[in-house]
Amino acid sequence: MNLTLKVWRQKGAADPGHFETFQPKGIVEDMSFLEMLDVVNEELIEAGKEPIAFDHDCREGICGTCSLVINGKPHGGQKATTACQLHMRKFGKWDTITIEPWRAKAFPVVKDLVVDRSAFDRIIQKGGFVSVGTGGAPDANCLPISKEVSDEAMDAAQCIGCGACVAACKNASAMLFVSAKVSHMNLLPQGKPEADRRVKNMVRQMDEEGFGACTVTGSCEAVCPKEISLNFITKMNRDYGCAILKG
Amino acid sequence: MKLDANIPSGPLAQKWEKHKFDLKLVNPANKRKFKVIVVGSGLAGSSAAATLAELGYNVKCFCYQDSPRRAHSIAAQGGINAAKNYQNDGDSVHRLFYDTIKGGDFRAREANVHRLAEVSGSIIDQCVAQGVPFAREYGGLLDNRSFGGAQVSRTFYARGQTGQQLLLGAYSALSRQIGLGKVEMYPRTEMLDVVMVKGHAKGIITRNMQTGKIERHAGDAVIMATGGYGNVFYLSTNAVGCNVTATFRAHKRGAAFANPCYTQIHPTCIPVSGDHQSKLTLMSESLRNDGRVWVPKNKADCGKAAHQISESDRDYYLERKYPSFGNLAPRDIASRAAKEVCDEGRGVGPGGLGVYLDFADAIQRLGEDMIRERYGNLFDMYERITGESAYKQPMRIFPAVHYTMGGLWVDYNLMSSMPGLFVLGEANFSDHGANRLGASALMQGLADGYFVIPYTIAHYFASEEKNCPSTDHPAFDEAEANVRGIVETLLKANGKRTVRSFHREVGKLVWENCGMARSKKSLSEALKRIPELRAEFWENVNVPGSGDDMNQALEYAGRVADYMEFAELLCTDALKREESCGGHFRVEHQFTDKDPEVKNGYTNEGEAKRNDDKFAYVAAWEYTGPNKKWKLHKEPLKYEEVKMSTRSYK
Repeated sequence: MNLTLKVWRQKGAADPGHFETFQPKGIVEDMSFLEMLDVVNEELIEAGKEPIAFDHDCREGICGTCSLVINGKPHGGQKATTACQLHMRKFGKWDTITIEPWRAKAFPVVKDLVVDRSAFDRIIQKGGFVSVGTGGAPDANCLPISKEVSDEAMDAAQCIGCGACVAACKNASAMLFVSAKVSHMNLLPQGKPEADRRVKNMVRQMDEEGFGACTVTGSCEAVCPKEISLNFITKMNRDYGCAILKG
Repeated sequence: MKLDANIPSGPLAQKWEKHKFDLKLVNPANKRKFKVIVVGSGLAGSSAAATLAELGYNVKCFCYQDSPRRAHSIAAQGGINAAKNYQNDGDSVHRLFYDTIKGGDFRAREANVHRLAEVSGSIIDQCVAQGVPFAREYGGLLDNRSFGGAQVSRTFYARGQTGQQLLLGAYSALSRQIGLGKVEMYPRTEMLDVVMVKGHAKGIITRNMQTGKIERHAGDAVIMATGGYGNVFYLSTNAVGCNVTATFRAHKRGAAFANPCYTQIHPTCIPVSGDHQSKLTLMSESLRNDGRVWVPKNKADCGKAAHQISESDRDYYLERKYPSFGNLAPRDIASRAAKEVCDEGRGVGPGGLGVYLDFADAIQRLGEDMIRERYGNLFDMYERITGESAYKQPMRIFPAVHYTMGGLWVDYNLMSSMPGLFVLGEANFSDHGANRLGASALMQGLADGYFVIPYTIAHYFASEEKNCPSTDHPAFDEAEANVRGIVETLLKANGKRTVRSFHREVGKLVWENCGMARSKKSLSEALKRIPELRAEFWENVNVPGSGDDMNQALEYAGRVADYMEFAELLCTDALKREESCGGHFRVEHQFTDKDPEVKNGYTNEGEAKRNDDKFAYVAAWEYTGPNKKWKLHKEPLKYEEVKMSTRSYK
């Protein structure tokens, strides 16, 4: 393939950053997108230059580490696919591909394509749990949960916390992520006792982190590699409203 | 070095109960005076950090990922075993214990495995209480499925992502403690050395991967839950960042490394498509229920498309060699058979490293819709990666490394041979012997973190004189200087070759000589070549950039430097163990048609042949210095309850 890459380079949070153009050799269609970047980096290192920094780990679409905006779309736009599972055969032989980091105030750039998503962790720390210590749990089958409820909680729990929803949103809203996390817990009977506190505290933290407001355009749902449904945002808004009314 | 496994006395089934009573306690008011360092935030690390913080200890937890939720435990698909007997199908603690011991080819420590089976039920209770959405039946109770190596249904699962859901459970517990200020979390931080004070592990040296800052952390004890070493093979199903650095550097400071040669190779992975390949992806083994494995009979046909090869020119080698098991031959057998046909030059696909897994017969028999219903998601994943439709042409598969049973040696309390250093999860060696059963890795990680370490670490604290050194202690100076030395040497090497090219080369060397089949000849060859490659690495590696900011090439270089040494230990152990057991297969030691076990039909030709008289021991290796030979210590495996027997799959 004869690709032209326009890659975002940024030394650190203080650097304004710029695009750099590459025309890598030896790219073949069987490569994954990240393997293509590996090849570019090998070339750069051999030329004595600094490789492009990007986040990645499991490379099988489950850890949520990879975070590339490819041609304007988080993860590259293939349905239900993370960037690490995207393959070069989805591109044309002579394509020009732009590669950028997640762009959001709450996700500052660390270097090149690497961003800091610790805001998500801080939101979870405010209530994304059931307050149960190790050891005191009753027998697992003491608490029957209907399959429908359990399946719906699982739909929400599938979120891999990659942040593509934030990157896709024009307001950089984190509503899809937060609603998935809140809904997973609030749907289940184990999560009910803390449901009101949870939704209030997590939403407050989300706002403090500087994520934008949700205008329900649905761009988040469109790019979510785990196809988390917009319905969870509706559900969280309802939970939040009820919690506020209760005081 | 003296190895004492500290196995409690008394009948096997009562050892843990008795031991829990005998262990000393730390009173609740005193717990807050102890600092615990936890390295790694996968199932074992997160669960340990959260549980110890709940008890009142002050915990610092470190991970190299950008968030503790991303550790590679997340990738486990199948499930987690527990002896709940919810299905009323004859399961029990003893049966889970026995299946695990037998699955491990009688090379695990009996007492540890029994404890694992005992606490397995509590893990499920704990996870459900945390909100882990396990699969349920319409009645609202938990569903189970069956898994390899067991005749009962004891596996709990959450769609195809049990690992993620369990990790999110442990991460939520950890996050709660971080929010409460009881755990200080250090993401994007890698551990580069252990600090020893008066013979005890009392701290670590880390590098902040975002700023490059090298930092000192002191504690009363250090817990390592840093996973396995599968990436020494370069290609594996591990995450790209998984590494042996933490355990290996602890090993260099005095912690014995046990049974490194026990590595598990999974038969059904998507094959390598070229030199650019960076990792391998597992396809569920369940595919072999309906797929038929074959390669062309003649080398000349290998370049042809599958449909151009007539039925009579195909070799369904598993059905031919193992008529009773056919395509469902055990993992190790299926893996080695695939290697053999590829070695003969009859492999298919790029590089000739693949065999067909053909669904044509099953589609004809059951219809495409039925196959889609059973395996649709797997076929989709296969198509995403290879661009081929397995409905239209056979899948190509090849074996790949995906778990390592060996690890740092630990006693019954999970303490390594270095006092004060505890090792949990895949990073230790203790529970899976020479081969791990499916759905047992998640069980072990959580057992260690939730239910073992909270008891045993208290005993250590209560038994030793309290000593959490200041980070100004000379031992910290020495360890930090060591780390800085490594970083600077790597940056100054200024050679011609990239780190990746070295990793690829050492990985290929280990895979070819110490992979699915090992021999005295291949291992000796690897042991000759590895030190040469290591010397070249230090002279000719090219690491651009500086140590003062995020430098992924530098992180990678440090890890590969450790693989360069670890590879030699792996091959040394494999050479010494002159028997075949579980994941360790020495071609010199296999059943042949002359053996009575084969003649009487108990086992098949080509099966692993153990030697219990000579090798029923744990091989714990002591590091003796750079470029020096390791010293072997043996912990004999004494079985009180179980009789060692030949594993039979008939």
